[in-house]
Amino acid sequence: MLAATVRVTRDLDAAEDAVQDAYVSALAAWAREGVPERPGAWLTTAARRRALNALARRRTLQAKLPLLLEPGAEPVAEDDVIPDDRLRLVFTCCHPALAREAQVALTLRLVCGVATEDVASAFLVSRATMAARLTRAKKKIAAAGIPFAVPAAAELPARLDTVLTVVHLLGTAAHATLSAELLARAVDLARMLRALLPDATEVCGLLALLLLVRARAATRAQPLADQDRSLWDRALIAEADALIVGALRARPPGRFTLQAAIAGVHAAAPSYAETDWPQLLALYDALARVWPSPVVALNRAVVLAEVSGPAVALEAVDGLADALRGYRYLWATRADLLRRLGRHEEAGEAYRAALELTEGEVERAFLEDRLSRTGRAGDPRSG
Amino acid sequence: MPQYAILMYEATPPDELPPEVLEAHGAVDAQMAAAGGRVLAGVALREAATATVVRDGLVTDGPFIETKEGLAGITVIEARDLDHALELARMVPIASGGVEVRPLLGFQVLD
Repeated sequence: MLAATVRVTRDLDAAEDAVQDAYVSALAAWAREGVPERPGAWLTTAARRRALNALARRRTLQAKLPLLLEPGAEPVAEDDVIPDDRLRLVFTCCHPALAREAQVALTLRLVCGVATEDVASAFLVSRATMAARLTRAKKKIAAAGIPFAVPAAAELPARLDTVLTVVHLLGTAAHATLSAELLARAVDLARMLRALLPDATEVCGLLALLLLVRARAATRAQPLADQDRSLWDRALIAEADALIVGALRARPPGRFTLQAAIAGVHAAAPSYAETDWPQLLALYDALARVWPSPVVALNRAVVLAEVSGPAVALEAVDGLADALRGYRYLWATRADLLRRLGRHEEAGEAYRAALELTEGEVERAFLEDRLSRTGRAGDPRSG
Repeated sequence: MPQYAILMYEATPPDELPPEVLEAHGAVDAQMAAAGGRVLAGVALREAATATVVRDGLVTDGPFIETKEGLAGITVIEARDLDHALELARMVPIASGGVEVRPLLGFQVLD
C-alpha cells in the first residue's frame, strides 16, 4: 500500500512537468503515437518523458510560456492532441474532496504550469508553505484515490461549478492584487475550458466575465465613476458581449453569466451617469435568485440607490448589517448613501468603520478623501 | 480495487433508529454490489455511553471525546476510486449525522 502511494505520488510529480510541456510543442510525439487511452498510461508516459532532458525543457517552457498568455493567442494546438487529459487534470485538481485553497494552488501549479514560488507569491504565502500545501494535496489525491477522470454526467454540473469557482477565484485574486499575469492565467484557463466544453453556458459566462475584468484592467485603480472609459479594451468587450448573448439563452442563466452580463452593462455605458441602472437592477434580481448571497444583495443595493434613491437603498443595506458586519464594502456603501442623504456625521462614522477594515492603499486613499470631505460637513464649500 | 472505510456518525442512538433506517441498512450491501462496489466487512457499534477507555494503562469510563454525533458503525468497501466510493457512501442510511470516507492503509481478516 505504502509503495503504491509513493509510486502514484511520484507519477503526479512527473505529470507536473509533462503538463507544463503541454503548453509547448513537446507533446507532438503524442500526436504521432496517439493519445493513450488509460489514465495510468498517460501518467506513465508523463513519467518517462520527465526523464528526458528535464532541465532543457524547463528552460524552453520558461521562454515560451509568456507567448501563450497573449490575449487571443491560443496555446499551440494542443487542444487537438490531449483535450481529454487536460480536462481530466482540471477535474482532479478541483475535486471537492480537496480544500479550496489546495484546489486553486494545484490548478495553477499542474494545469497552468506556474512555478511553486510564483503560486506562493500569488497567494502571499512563503514558498515552503505553498510547497507543503501542494505536497499534502498531491498525497491526498494519491492516497484517497481521487480519480483522474471527467465526472459522470449526473455529477458534472456540480463538479464543473467547483472548477469555475476556482478559475473565478484566480480572477478575483488577480483583480485584488492588480496582477495582470494571474488574470492572464485565469483567462487562459477559461478559454481552455470553453474549447473543451463548448456547450457549457456557464463556462462562456465566466470567460466573458474575466475578459471584461481584463478589458477594464487599465483603470482598475480608480473607482468606477471616475474611470477613463476610453482606456477600456473595446475588442475584449465585444468578445465578451458575444459570449454573454449566447450564455443568456440558458434557462435560467447561471451566476457567472449574470455577473458577466452585469459587468457588460457597465462596460457598455458611455459614462457612469449614463449607465442603464434599471437593466442592472433586473440582472441583480436574477442573480440574487440563482445565488442568494448577502454580497450580491449589497451590490444590488448600490444599483437600487440609482434607480429608487439613496433612502430606499439605505434601508436595504441596513438589513444586511448583521450578515456583513466585517465586510468593508458594507460600511463604504452605507457611508456613501448617508453622505448623499446629507447625514454627514453618520457618514463619517461609517467611513471610519470601512477604513478600519481596509488594507489596500488605493481604497484607503479613496475612503480617507471621502472622510475628510464629510468632516467639513458644516463648510458650505463642500458638496 | 482500492479499499475504503465508510465511518458512520450518528446523533441518534442505535436503539432509537427509525425502522426505515434499519431496513435500509439491511439492503445497502446488495445496493452497493449492484453499483459495482464490494462490501468486505461491516461493524455496528453500541452507543458511545457503553465505551470503556484504556489509556496509559488506566481504565476509565469512555468515550475519549464526548460529541453530539458518535461513531455508530464502519463499513469496509472496495471501490474503483474516490468518486465511486463516495457514490457508494451516499447509499449508507443515516438518521441524523453523516459519513466519512477514509482510504485504508490495510485490511485483514484472520481466520
